Amino acid sequence: MTDNKTIYATYDDDMVLLAGAKELVSNGVYIRDVFSPFPIHGLDPVIGIKQTRLAICAFIYGLIGLTLALCGMYYFMIVDWPMNIGGKPNDFFYQNIPAFVPISFEFTVLLAAHGMALTYFIRNWTLPGVKPRNPYPYTTDDKFVMEIHPSDSGITVDELTEKLKTTGSILIEER
Amino acid sequence: MHQEAAIREPLILGEKTYGEITDDVMASVVGKASKSWWIAFGISAVMALWGVGCILYLLGTGVGTWGLNKTVGWAWDITNFVWWVGIGHAGTLISAVLLLFRQKWRMAINRSAEAMTIFAVMMAAVWPGIHMGRIWLAYFVFPLPNQFGSLWVNFNSPLLWDVFAISTYFSVSLVFWYIGLIPDFATIRDKVTQAVPKKVYSLLSFGWTGNAKAWNRFEEISLVLAGLATPLVFSVHSIVSMDFATSVIPGWHTTIFPPYFVSGAVFSGFAMVQTLLIIMRKVMHLENYITRKHIEYMNIVIIVTGSIVGVAYLTELFISWYSGVEYEAYAFINRATGPYWWAYWAMMTCNVISPQVFWFKKLRTNIMFTFFMSIVVNIGMWFERFVIIVTSLHRDYLPSSWTMFHPTFVDIGCFIGTIGIFFVLFLLFARFFPVLPLNELKTILKSSGEQYKTKVEEH
Repeated sequence: MTDNKTIYATYDDDMVLLAGAKELVSNGVYIRDVFSPFPIHGLDPVIGIKQTRLAICAFIYGLIGLTLALCGMYYFMIVDWPMNIGGKPNDFFYQNIPAFVPISFEFTVLLAAHGMALTYFIRNWTLPGVKPRNPYPYTTDDKFVMEIHPSDSGITVDELTEKLKTTGSILIEER
Repeated sequence: MHQEAAIREPLILGEKTYGEITDDVMASVVGKASKSWWIAFGISAVMALWGVGCILYLLGTGVGTWGLNKTVGWAWDITNFVWWVGIGHAGTLISAVLLLFRQKWRMAINRSAEAMTIFAVMMAAVWPGIHMGRIWLAYFVFPLPNQFGSLWVNFNSPLLWDVFAISTYFSVSLVFWYIGLIPDFATIRDKVTQAVPKKVYSLLSFGWTGNAKAWNRFEEISLVLAGLATPLVFSVHSIVSMDFATSVIPGWHTTIFPPYFVSGAVFSGFAMVQTLLIIMRKVMHLENYITRKHIEYMNIVIIVTGSIVGVAYLTELFISWYSGVEYEAYAFINRATGPYWWAYWAMMTCNVISPQVFWFKKLRTNIMFTFFMSIVVNIGMWFERFVIIVTSLHRDYLPSSWTMFHPTFVDIGCFIGTIGIFFVLFLLFARFFPVLPLNELKTILKSSGEQYKTKVEEH
């Protein structure tokens, strides 16, 4: 019998959970998610989490920042209102490039960092006023919890509970 | 799992568990503030109020209430600005540069160092703001379309580069700091029982859940932001130094300025971190996390950057003679032997000679001595900026306009005020925020915790 039950298995050690996860996955159990107070290194490939593409986003935001900065300075300083500063050459963009380097850099970083942070907040859905979705309050303190839907891997709750018991879980709860 | 050699000293002392780390950091958040906290807060608040009063008086009456004159147009204001920006360099250096270099010892100190950075940069931003005189026109520094025809800000000017550099540095540091804080706010949210704090920390934690994908993104964003913040740290003070270096004032017009200012900034920033953390670890009982080893590491950074600063001072001196430019040479002779000789020698003593005592292991692991030295360095670095700015200006090309600078009570009041506001903010941070990065410390407990190290040794 498979149904829409969710099983939460609590562990009190990250390494025990990691070993347990490896064992469960090799037995064909699909682990939906893991809640932990800190990142468990080496867990992501085990439970099938792909590396995030946030860094690519940051690169794109940075390119946008660089382009905006250069276009802006070209318009302000060359096209719209060229300034004669001590007779220094200011007719062409390339003559002014050295003076434009600092702001181009700063603006690139500004957009890359803030763009990435915004994307991070939205993708994680961590925004002011959002309700936390961790199953137990202790997952942000010192306990580690696996979330498994037995229906995902086509096994019954009892079968799964049996398997979990061998992995050293300290509490197995059904919701 | 990350492995660490057993001969490395542990970074977390005592028999700690994950839960105990949470409890140790939470103690200050849930407990009542101690008497010493209230005393410190009271003194800082009085200083801050006095400063705010002086600033309002300055804004209402005009910049003439400072001791500036026609010859010395920049004095304490820009000295304080550069001093605060310099202090604001350690935080992001610790959390970004040391993250890229995988220095695990940064974890105990990065949270409070970054808070210090943010508050210091805020204090720095006050100075150019009030130095404008008409602060309500401060938006003119941004390239906004305006009613004076299409007149734009000058993108060739280091002063404008500075606007971009400081605002980028501040906002990126703030975001970097806050992203690290969110999981720790979530820990407090799930642990506190009182209704109001729970509400507040729920709001601050943005509904953080701590699932595997979120941690995956968290680690990625920490790394990328560190990568972005690293060149930022170096660029900000380089650009601040260009405010001086691109001018034609003897004593300012040198190409050595950018690296010299950056190392000076790191030097003073670490000194301020020492000042704050040596008190904080004692008052908040964090000796097991901010250990003697951490203090020693920071002292090593101080001796390295202090020596770079010393070499820069001597190079500057040598080049002023070697260049054959009389004006340049006079500027330096005047610094060392002119009417401001005391400022120059205070700077030399505090920044070049005194940090060299940290070559002795006994001294750099002595906490009281480190605290004393951190104050000395802070004073020395303030004098460095004073020497660069005031002694270069006060005797310009025209001997008839040679003069001295005398600070008024408004100069002094504004400076004391920014120190007061800084400490008010830092004390509030220490009281209500998780002062150690819980989620990061827990990741190194097994590799760098004392009890695990002894276990490894036994086997």
